[in-house]
Amino acid sequence: MHIQTVISTNSNFMNRIVDKEFLSENVVKIVVEAPLIAKSRKPGNFIILRISDKGERIPLTIAAADEEKGTITLIAQKVGVSTEKLAKMEVGDSLHDLVGPLGKATEISKIGTILACGGGVGIAPLLPIVEGFKKAGNRVISVLAARSKDLIILEDEMRKWSDEVIIMTDDGSHGTKGLVTEGAEMVIKREKVDECIAIGPAIMMKFTSLLTKKYDIPTQASLNSIMVDGTGMCGACRVTVGGKTKFTCVDGPEFDAHQIDFDEMMMRLGGYREEEKKDYERFMSQV
Amino acid sequence: MTILSEYLKERRNEEWRAELRKKLKGKERTSIPRVKMPEVEPQERTKHQNVEVNLGLTEEQALVEASRCMDCATPTCIDGCPVQINIPEFVKNIERKEYGLAAQTLKKTSALPAVCGRVCPQEKQCEEQCFYTTKLGKDPIAIGYLERFAADWERESGEMSVPECAPANGKKIAAIGSGPASLSFAGDMAKLGYDVTVFEALHEIGGVLKYGIPEFRLPNSVVDVELENLRKMGVKFVNNFIVGRTASFDDLKEEGFEGFFVASGAGLPRFMNIPGENYNGIMSSNEYLTRVNLMGAASDDNDTPVLRGKTVAVIGGGNTAMDSVRTSKRLGAERSIIVYRRSRAEMPARVEEVNHAEEEGIEFMNLANPVEYFADEKGRVNKMRVQHMELGEPDASGRRRPVPVEGSEEDIDVDLVIVAVGVSPNPLIPSCLPELKVSKWGTIEVGDNMQSSIPVLFAGGDIVRGGATVILAMGDGRKAAASMHEYLSGEQKND
Ligand SMILES: Cc1cc2nc3c(=O)[nH]c(=O)nc-3n(C[C@H](O)[C@H](O)[C@H](O)COP(=O)(O)OP(=O)(O)OC[C@H]3O[C@@H](n4cnc5c(N)ncnc54)[C@H](O)[C@@H]3O)c2cc1C
Ligand SMILES: Cc1cc2nc3c(=O)[nH]c(=O)nc-3n(C[C@H](O)[C@H](O)[C@H](O)COP(=O)(O)OP(=O)(O)OC[C@H]3O[C@@H](n4cnc5c(N)ncnc54)[C@H](O)[C@@H]3O)c2cc1C
Ligand code: SF4
Ligand code: SF4
Ligand code: FES
Repeated sequence: MHIQTVISTNSNFMNRIVDKEFLSENVVKIVVEAPLIAKSRKPGNFIILRISDKGERIPLTIAAADEEKGTITLIAQKVGVSTEKLAKMEVGDSLHDLVGPLGKATEISKIGTILACGGGVGIAPLLPIVEGFKKAGNRVISVLAARSKDLIILEDEMRKWSDEVIIMTDDGSHGTKGLVTEGAEMVIKREKVDECIAIGPAIMMKFTSLLTKKYDIPTQASLNSIMVDGTGMCGACRVTVGGKTKFTCVDGPEFDAHQIDFDEMMMRLGGYREEEKKDYERFMSQV
Repeated sequence: MTILSEYLKERRNEEWRAELRKKLKGKERTSIPRVKMPEVEPQERTKHQNVEVNLGLTEEQALVEASRCMDCATPTCIDGCPVQINIPEFVKNIERKEYGLAAQTLKKTSALPAVCGRVCPQEKQCEEQCFYTTKLGKDPIAIGYLERFAADWERESGEMSVPECAPANGKKIAAIGSGPASLSFAGDMAKLGYDVTVFEALHEIGGVLKYGIPEFRLPNSVVDVELENLRKMGVKFVNNFIVGRTASFDDLKEEGFEGFFVASGAGLPRFMNIPGENYNGIMSSNEYLTRVNLMGAASDDNDTPVLRGKTVAVIGGGNTAMDSVRTSKRLGAERSIIVYRRSRAEMPARVEEVNHAEEEGIEFMNLANPVEYFADEKGRVNKMRVQHMELGEPDASGRRRPVPVEGSEEDIDVDLVIVAVGVSPNPLIPSCLPELKVSKWGTIEVGDNMQSSIPVLFAGGDIVRGGATVILAMGDGRKAAASMHEYLSGEQKND
């Protein structure tokens, strides 16, 4: 049924924004009509969108989906031109392009106790995974971390799918003052953790990974490399995992964190920093 | 084979052809020199990413060139063309100024003559088998230029004919991917009355013709006209739709699709797995060309950035390497260097592109291979170590194998490296159809009729051949259409 509508309308009108809300000053949540993706997506999948015909292709995780309504939820942090523009779009506007679901889905099964660590906007991609593990019958302990209180997003949703939520902030404005690793280590020392999931800034994943390696806890990290096509065609998203080159968009985005070369990954994330800064300054001077 | 030669003979015996042959003596024809393609000057053309280098033959030039063709009794040129275009017939139609008929002759066997006239490796195909090359030792008839002339003439005349289609038979067919294989398949199936939908993963329709081959060789407008024509024939296009992900094959079957043609291309770039290859400033030619061609990164209006370099090294000697190195020159590189492990004679790129590259000031470092990259403190590549090679014994491909020369390493300062050492088949479709038979190289296995191990699924183009040419992909699409039609009609009879 939906496929036929997509064919006869040539897809684009489908990508309408039906809801929008700022979760914090810099983090926006949008709900988009995308019935086919809503139906086929699994936790861990992402999409790629373009805002206009001059826009770049940016990847965002599918934070939630409503198969009945045919919508998906995206949560984006404003960091540059495309995410700024996305945050300026309004209900009723349509994304120029939207394709997905992309990436391998998270392997979810009943394992035991899951430690879910989310940093900043990384909490958004963590949400569907936490939901998945909880529904599969696991005990889920979530550690959410950010610089300050207003940057902790989706706290209520996370509570809904976690047995316990621990909040850590750099400035102590919410929860406990300290880093994500401190919260995680407290849990590890307290009880047996069978698996850890870490999503957030690369540096946060790196240190979480070092911590769990010390305790020999299998750990997955979800990488947010630079991407172009998202279908395995360009290699922009390549990372080194266990000494081998992998493409984040088709082999990931989740990998065994203890095998990831985080330093190389962080170096590659900065590959376009200067070009992006110029674009950003040009854009901000126009608005 | 005999049917083809009978047919060719019959056409050749038509009165107008016989008359035309008498107009000039053989000697007069063979003493005419081959036409030179008018082109934009190198200094001018390297200032623009989108200016086509070849301007196309003028009418006068085309007439003279067409008159060189001897209208041979045994036109060996046709053997060199993978889709066996009736070359003398279209050339002779040009000679008698029936350009529209020339274009129609082309379209009988080729779905995209304006494209093939521009990008076929003619010197290894039709022109290599031309009587002039094989028997006279002279420059062959410029078959590609003439093909382009006739196709462009038709397009620009505004009298482009939309092929007649059989009455709709109500059968829904899916073509997956929108490169040349799919486009030719879709056209043929539409003519047979099928309801064809082409699904494309990217936001643009056209496959490599859009995201890979730059506009200075193949303007997008040429491809767009062909797409418009297909639309007029009722073909539907859906972009941003990944078959196997957005919806599965089963979903499509449930929607009533009865036949599938997979032409998902060879979109997986190979790297060399040498130290330092993941530094910033080292990328695949697919990434580089996609950023520039598909995302418009060369223009300030577009949000997508592309790294620029003062000294750019492109690794490889194929069309992709030539397209990348010439693009880098157009993006302002001071030095653009091809680093290729064999010698120039072995380069797989079209000869015309290699010549154009040379005219544009591209440097060639042949018999050399990178072995390691080095970077500055920010991780941006700043140096490459190359090892020099010499040619040894011929290998399986018949080309002499490059052998490293011990102790010949040399360091070169570079700030951008484009790796163009080949592609592998796109694994997406095989990975979601476990019952589909694939070779150890990841290509889909098909029989002579392009049918795969799943009866309703046919395949063609690079996903079957693992990286070939536009004309071969197109030929596969046509063959698959004919076989699928036969298969689906046969099935109907059995019901
Ligand atoms: C699989 C995947 C899933 C993702 N999911 C989400 C998500 O759900 N929500 C979300 O907000 N973002 C997500 N991202 C990151 C998001 O794609 C980027 O933030 C976005 O592309 C930036 O585009 P821009 O034009 O706004 O900024 P740019 O102009 O591209 O970048 C601006 C600045 O931010 C830096 N930057 C770029 N990307 C990142 C990054 N990933 N992390 C940290 N800094 C970065 C750049 O180096 C630059 O300095 C995901 C990325 C991937 C690969
Ligand atoms: C830079 C470059 C230059 C070249 N120059 C020449 C030349 O001068 N002459 C020549 O003859 N050949 C040339 N080639 C080779 C030629 O372009 C290819 O052989 C030809 O395009 C193959 O056609 P195809 O139809 O098999 O697939 P492609 O053109 O590769 O198209 C495949 C399409 O399928 C899409 N796709 C993949 N998976 C899915 C899916 N699951 N669902 C939906 N869509 C999907 C891809 O996004 C892609 O757009 C060149 C190639 C490149 C890269
Ligand atoms: S399609 Fe290619 S090979 Fe065939 S005649 Fe035309 S240029 Fe030559
Ligand atoms: S072989 Fe050459 S001269 Fe003879 S018909 Fe073909 S193109 Fe003409
Ligand atoms: S984004 Fe192009 S290969 Fe992953």
